[in-house]
Amino acid sequence: MAALLEVRDLVVEFPTRRGTLRALDRVSFDIAPGEVLGVVGESGAGKSMTGAAIIGLLEPPGRVAGGSISLRGQRIDNLPPREMRKIRGKRIGAIFQDPLTTLNPLYTVGRQLTETMRTHLGIDAAEARRRAIGWLEMVGIPAASERIDAYPHQFSGGMRQRVVIALALCAEPEMVVADEPTTALDVSIQAQVIALLKRLTREKGTSVMLITHDMGVIAETADRVAVMYAGRVAEIGPVRSVVKAAAHPYSAGLMASIPPLTHKVDHLPQIDGAMPRLNAIPTGCAYNPRCPHVFDRCRVERPELIDAPETKAACWLFDSHAPRERSHV
Amino acid sequence: MNAISRLWDSDLFWSFRTTPTAVVSAVVALICIVGAIGAPGLAPYNPFDLASLDLMDAFNPPFFMEEGSLAHPFGTDDQGRDMLSAIMYGARVSLFVGVSATAFALLLGVLVGLIAGYAGGAVDAVLMRIADIQLTFPSILVALMVDGVARAALPREMHDHLALYVVIFAIGVSDWPRFARTVRGSTLVERNKEYVLAARVIGITPARIMLTHVLPNVLGPLLVLATLNLGLAILSEATLSFLGVGVPPTQPSLGTLIRIGNDFLFSGEWWITIFPGLALVAMVLSVNLLGDWLRDALNPRLR
Amino acid sequence: MFAFILSRIVQSVPVMLAVALIAFVLFSFVGDPIATMLGQEFTPEQRDALVAALGLDQSIPVQFIRFVGNALRGEFGLSYRLSRPVADLIVERAPATLELAFCASLVALAVGVPMGVYTGLYRRSWISRAFLTFSLIGVSLPTFLIGILLILVFSVWLSWLPSFGRGDTVQLGWWSTGLLTASGLKALVLPSITLGLFQLTLIMRLVRSEMLEVLRSDYVKFARARGLRDRSIHFGHALRNTLVPVITIVGLQLGSIIAFSIVTETVFQWPGMGLLFIQSVSSADIPVMAAYLLLIAAIFVTINLLVDLLYYAVDPRLRAGRGH
Repeated sequence: MAALLEVRDLVVEFPTRRGTLRALDRVSFDIAPGEVLGVVGESGAGKSMTGAAIIGLLEPPGRVAGGSISLRGQRIDNLPPREMRKIRGKRIGAIFQDPLTTLNPLYTVGRQLTETMRTHLGIDAAEARRRAIGWLEMVGIPAASERIDAYPHQFSGGMRQRVVIALALCAEPEMVVADEPTTALDVSIQAQVIALLKRLTREKGTSVMLITHDMGVIAETADRVAVMYAGRVAEIGPVRSVVKAAAHPYSAGLMASIPPLTHKVDHLPQIDGAMPRLNAIPTGCAYNPRCPHVFDRCRVERPELIDAPETKAACWLFDSHAPRERSHV
Repeated sequence: MNAISRLWDSDLFWSFRTTPTAVVSAVVALICIVGAIGAPGLAPYNPFDLASLDLMDAFNPPFFMEEGSLAHPFGTDDQGRDMLSAIMYGARVSLFVGVSATAFALLLGVLVGLIAGYAGGAVDAVLMRIADIQLTFPSILVALMVDGVARAALPREMHDHLALYVVIFAIGVSDWPRFARTVRGSTLVERNKEYVLAARVIGITPARIMLTHVLPNVLGPLLVLATLNLGLAILSEATLSFLGVGVPPTQPSLGTLIRIGNDFLFSGEWWITIFPGLALVAMVLSVNLLGDWLRDALNPRLR
Repeated sequence: MFAFILSRIVQSVPVMLAVALIAFVLFSFVGDPIATMLGQEFTPEQRDALVAALGLDQSIPVQFIRFVGNALRGEFGLSYRLSRPVADLIVERAPATLELAFCASLVALAVGVPMGVYTGLYRRSWISRAFLTFSLIGVSLPTFLIGILLILVFSVWLSWLPSFGRGDTVQLGWWSTGLLTASGLKALVLPSITLGLFQLTLIMRLVRSEMLEVLRSDYVKFARARGLRDRSIHFGHALRNTLVPVITIVGLQLGSIIAFSIVTETVFQWPGMGLLFIQSVSSADIPVMAAYLLLIAAIFVTINLLVDLLYYAVDPRLRAGRGH
């Protein structure tokens, strides 16, 4: 099946006073229609940056300095702002982390829903209101026809995130970028919100790019996983394979640090050292100073994504023959 | 030599060297200050020496106009007084009042802030409530009020004698609350730190703790506040003097010069009022810009 | 709603009492009212009669209560300088000051808010930089100098606008207005600009910094992510949220316009309360000063109350009741 979203060699740079920082360095992946791609990694690995680049909302002075982002074959990374605006919300929705701050406190939730639909769908006010009530019901807001005129502060955090989901989906986009959608929520309602997101997107056939550092959420929700490290994709593959049989030493370390649910352990293994800062990424593989399997080539030459047993990993361990052409996933 | 090179390399100085506005402001401020302080030695004439005044020289326009001459680059006033000299002497009075009033506000504010922060409780509540109420009113109104009261309370001759100090007092009193707030905030933070508790246990006096531990922590913000306040204080003095209730006529400040010159605006001798005005703006603007730069460079948590 | 207003009124009582106390102390203890009112020569009988008439023989708390009672009825005694009731003087002068303050506020808001929004939205454009430079100069230029410069250019050199007085006024009951005649309106132009300019620059800078803050907020980012039009993001979502904190400070600024009018009225010989006050200060006319002080405090407290109500209307978070 043709990919819905294709990200190819995406480079995002931040010019600063002391030189240009490369926040994303040749990131490539695809998302198929209806697929849920989980994106994991430590903070600062570039997960959110990738999401922001896709919806065209990089914080200035950050900018796409190379590569391409295509939606159904159409380049969207170099569209004029006016055109990109028509894609945001309409074809690519977004869900942000903190529902307490993503809703405008001075507008009723109904107004925020109807303005989004009227902007993109060309429907009249009455129809928009009718659909807005429908959406609130769909995301599980009780007494939706009354609550539509309530202000965000009159909802609990979990309810607000449901409203945010309704807002992201109400113009029926083909995909949604969900950036840590449950991190700010109470643990007890995280599962409900994820289940809601999963159910709605499956019903509508919406693809999801699910950015999170919660492997539990990924294991339960994602079809495939991309592991990011220092602005690069370290490994990408089906969720079971990455969780159970990660090929890249970094992903393997990351998975080993997840507490098992089945039995108690005295202490969890952890990866020594810290992710390098953007202005001090080592040559070769970015992970080489922390890698237990490091060898000379890792310090000199940067690995591209290579076929590993069950996934693709940017690691020289899996380079069975001489340096080969770049492969895409 | 070592100290100078350390200063040159310090972050603060680096920020200064690389901010053109700061350098230009500093140069302008320096010219104003040197011109003001050094007026008796540097000014081409002595505007108070009545013998040197020649009514034949009255209303000379500035040098770039017809009939102007470089003998009086900024022209002369109705009595033939050289405007440049008058401005330099006037700036001297303005600067003196501004600096003294700021120093007074600073001392009062620091004292009140330390007491309020250290004593806490009712003392703190009362002092800060006073500061709040006073901050509701524009400081120029407070200064006017204090000045008016002093006028009513002091016998006339005594007031004339003390007018300069009354103005300093009035402006200083109108500006203390901001200093007090800053100091109080830091005092509250420091007061509960363990080393202060420890110092108290071994019997070090509160006054000593305040001076050695709390004050150094607020020097940065206080410096910024004082710089910005200096600009405001100079403006307040000029405003009071312009309104005719400021410094005594025997010691004219820039504000006084502007008020006197204002009478000649309609007869065409604009320079008598505009040049003192420009001098005032140059002084205040450069001090304000320096204050802004200092605030950004030190980046204390100021509102 | 009612409880809210009531609590605000109760909160402002101590402020008013504190100011009243200062005014009372001024009134009773500064200078010698007896000497001022009786002149140089008087008999002990005259003196005692006046002391009794003014209630100066009573205890200080009683005097204070009487003072507050009189103040509430608008009685502040006679002006030392003009020997007329202070209340009459103030009522006579109030319309001039209030009209001037109103026009100045209008100038400050109508120009300051759009400039602030523009510089917030288009931070890097050269127009924004020009506005910011202008505002910095505006903050450093003393009000009286702005007035003098305007007079020099528009009255002396160009002869377009009058430089002093109110022009022709029309009497509407006790209120004399300059808003209904051409010369009255012309006379308002320069003083209004002079008085409004400082507040204008403050409002502009305030709106700009709030706007920048709001544009960085998550809900504006989310509004962009929803693909809303720039116009509705900037002037709907962003501007509305900007105005919430701006209202408070702007309200206080507008209050201080009335106080700042002292300077403007002096420059333009505007026959308002400010000119009255400055004349009282220079002649130590304590009753007028005390009354003016109380009046300004009352105006500030009223404006504060109005600001709170407006805040309440704009921000739904303060309105309880609806929803659950």
